Amino acid sequence: MIKLLATIKKDIRILMRDRIGLVLMFGMPILLVLIVTSIQNNVFQPFSKNKVPLLISNNDTGRLSQELIRAVDQVGLFRLETFDSRRKHNGMLTLLIPAGFSAQMAATAKEKAGKALHSFGLEGDTAARPADADSLTLLFNPGIEPSLKLSTAGAIDGAIQMVESRQIIRNIYYSVNEKPLPDSLASQMLSSSMGLKEIAESKGGTAIPLNATQHNVPAWTIFAMFFVVMSLGGSVVREKLNGSFIRLKTLPTNYILALLSKQITYLGVTFLQAAVLFGMGVWLFPFIGLPALSLPHDGPGLILVTLLVGWCAVSYAILVGVVARTQEQANGFGAVSVVILSILGGLMIPSFIMPGSFQTIMQLSPLHWALQSYYGLFLEGGKLKDILINILPLLVITVVIQLAIVVILKRKKLI
Amino acid sequence: MGQPAVAITDLGFSYSPSNGSLFSGLNLEIAQGLRFGLFGPNGAGKTSLMHLMTGILGYEQGSIELLGHPVKKKNKTVNSLFGLVPQDFSFYEELTPVENLEFFGAWAGLSSGETRQRTEELLEVMNLREVRNKAVGQFSGGMKRKVNLAIGVIHQPRILFLDEPTVGVDVHTRRELIRYLIGLNEKGTTLVYTSHQLDEAEELCQRIALIDKGKIIACDDLGPLLTQHRQTDLEGLFLHLTGNAFDK
Repeated sequence: MIKLLATIKKDIRILMRDRIGLVLMFGMPILLVLIVTSIQNNVFQPFSKNKVPLLISNNDTGRLSQELIRAVDQVGLFRLETFDSRRKHNGMLTLLIPAGFSAQMAATAKEKAGKALHSFGLEGDTAARPADADSLTLLFNPGIEPSLKLSTAGAIDGAIQMVESRQIIRNIYYSVNEKPLPDSLASQMLSSSMGLKEIAESKGGTAIPLNATQHNVPAWTIFAMFFVVMSLGGSVVREKLNGSFIRLKTLPTNYILALLSKQITYLGVTFLQAAVLFGMGVWLFPFIGLPALSLPHDGPGLILVTLLVGWCAVSYAILVGVVARTQEQANGFGAVSVVILSILGGLMIPSFIMPGSFQTIMQLSPLHWALQSYYGLFLEGGKLKDILINILPLLVITVVIQLAIVVILKRKKLI
Repeated sequence: MGQPAVAITDLGFSYSPSNGSLFSGLNLEIAQGLRFGLFGPNGAGKTSLMHLMTGILGYEQGSIELLGHPVKKKNKTVNSLFGLVPQDFSFYEELTPVENLEFFGAWAGLSSGETRQRTEELLEVMNLREVRNKAVGQFSGGMKRKVNLAIGVIHQPRILFLDEPTVGVDVHTRRELIRYLIGLNEKGTTLVYTSHQLDEAEELCQRIALIDKGKIIACDDLGPLLTQHRQTDLEGLFLHLTGNAFDK
């Protein structure tokens, strides 16, 4: 016990004097969480606060183009700005309404109304032909997200349908009643009485706020924990390469004790990282205009998952240090591999949009199981028993890494 | 003196089978209480032999015993018997001498109290009191050598292996270290020493072995060896026996 305590003391002292390592382990993750959460906060803001700018160039002088613009506005997704198409613009999304749009829309509606009346056995104008005009055009910057382009096109398409349907109803109403359709009736006929209820699924039956903080803080905490590879992996290699290792081999103590000490020390570091980042989410974020982090109700579950994720991260870092022959190898491979594992684990790209083959590969990434465990607690309001299915694979991967460390150390005759 | 401090019998060792044997059938005995020097040109096998004697390297054939305990079966008893002062600095540069001694003392099996007491003694003897709270990385080469030596003797080993313990230090520090080593030997510690500093070796060693190409070509007390080969100093003896320019 004296030996272990002395070794832990030595590791903590060396760690506290490694300023660059401390910045990498604490400063970088704090910055990362702040930046990513601030940026992604806009995505999670309600539409009333955060609308997509849409430029509209209306070259039509008719009534229906004005109705279309109103319908697009009522979708609630866009902040509309009109502009003159003859001038240059730098909009991300631009809707061009061609001259003659109203006439074409009116003719199309008249034709469809005529067909409907005819099918009811009433007299209708089925011979009406749509006027020849250019179609509506949506210009988009190639840099915008495909999902944003799709939702914009879908919303505009819905608005066109709305205007056309209203015009068809007007035509039918006029043909039957020989008077214009009252606006109130048109609105009643076109508005849906079947609402869409949106409920976030919760395992614990409690409402968890869905915001950028709740998504990003747990995810980037995992990334920070695995990034200890930069300090710990390098420290293992440094110890192997410098003279102290020769002396350690001649002293009546097994080298495995040195690795056990590093595991305990750095497990403390990862736990502290999580405490700092979660604390920042809870107390600092509201002061800088970001949503506060809501901690899971299952406190012991959160502590257990944090310790397990930390243990896995520390084990991985030691494995990298044991395998690497130089500090450059440990740092280079360590950093790149953690980025790859985090991409595969769904930290940077949501795992559900990954192709089928990656859905299998991502299950090998410990970061995937770590993220699922945290999401079970932070986003789904689950308890420990609800996330056992995610904790177990994480535990298995950690034990496999530990066994690999022992085998490699034995092969290299270091223990 | 009873049991020899080091007894090497019919030793065989190679780094890899394709490279051939470095040692084959090597025998050497070092009595307890001696100041023993092991010399040879670069690549002769001095450091390898020291690493075999301290269990850093494992051998394939023969036996090595320290005070009657086989080194091949590395265990706590054997490792507590000896101390090693490697040629490279073997400590943590980020730590102070006190912190280094505290850590290595614990690994050598000392209690906290024993470590504290030995640390104070060694800081005094090595003149390191004034820099006790300074990181070793900021020390001069001579002070680093003192820390390197202090760590090697913190557990008061019965045998001390010294690989070039004074390389790169000024003459004052060298004399200081040699005086300390002679004092340590007078209290009963067997010294097994290797160096390229032959004048220093003449001053320190009572008995020497000359090693070349993995073989011991001479092993005796220094005086009789010089007389036998009609040489006046160790350098001349070495050149005479190895037939090579001695690489200082």
